[in-house]
Amino acid sequence: MAVVAEAQFHVLAVDDSLMDRKLIERLLKTSSFQVTAVDSGSRALEVLGLSEDLTSSSAVSPAHNGSSSLKDIPVVIMSSENVPSRINRCLEGGAEEFFLKPVQLSDMKRLRPHILKGKSKEQQLQEEETSNTSISSNKRKATDEELSPERRRLRLSNNSLI
Amino acid sequence: MSLMALREQLNGLVNSMFLEGLLDDQFEQLQMLQDESSPGFIAELITLFCGDSERILAELTKLLDQAVVDYQKVDAFVHQLKGSSSSVGAQHVKLACVQFRQFCEEHNKEGCLRALNVVKHEYYLLRGKFDTMLQLEQRIQAYESKQQI
Repeated sequence: MAVVAEAQFHVLAVDDSLMDRKLIERLLKTSSFQVTAVDSGSRALEVLGLSEDLTSSSAVSPAHNGSSSLKDIPVVIMSSENVPSRINRCLEGGAEEFFLKPVQLSDMKRLRPHILKGKSKEQQLQEEETSNTSISSNKRKATDEELSPERRRLRLSNNSLI
Repeated sequence: MSLMALREQLNGLVNSMFLEGLLDDQFEQLQMLQDESSPGFIAELITLFCGDSERILAELTKLLDQAVVDYQKVDAFVHQLKGSSSSVGAQHVKLACVQFRQFCEEHNKEGCLRALNVVKHEYYLLRGKFDTMLQLEQRIQAYESKQQI
């Protein structure tokens, strides 16, 4: 039996609820994704090596070279609330899709098409959370570390709305 | 008690919780996610849920004890509790939270106090059963690991 080594997709999951982080981690691992789970948007940017400076067009992350911006990372948002206006704002801001919580195993299948799509040679997937402020991935520019083409990253992020 | 008897007891308990509506489909999802590579998954989630819930219930009690109630804060906590109960499959607790948020929206203090009592009732009822569930699970897993030696 031949075993094909598949590039493993890496997902960055963002959720301020520890319970939901554990849940999404398990869901993703069960679906053969590599996972990094963080509790906030700023932590997420840190992990990605991206600067939080949203206004500067030449924000630099010190340790990295190469160029890749947040908008190259596919983003999927999740929320426990189905608020069309908020969801649309995020989708218009560049999010690929919306998952209603609780997220289920069957939802994991919906991730792959977004990962495979990708906008640049170095594909990164990102799932971003819906929050009170709409997150527009177009506003973010930063340099990122060079990723080998085989590495795929997906970011899954959620802000529990409080 | 034999391993088989323990398993029967656990299955019986979980099934009755489904039948009574204490647990919903989401709990089934959790059962699917627990396997040999993550045997403590459900226990961990339940423990987190209980910790979160009790903290939130204490906050809600304090907030509703004020002369002037900050409904925004109350709603925020209830929303949080609704989220975690939904994630763990705690159906009755979740539904009680939905009711609670209605009263919050209406700024109905009496309603909120009653709703808080309902949530507490449902939560502690569930907690008792979760405790039993986890104890049974622990005993079963201890048996199973002994058998593997």
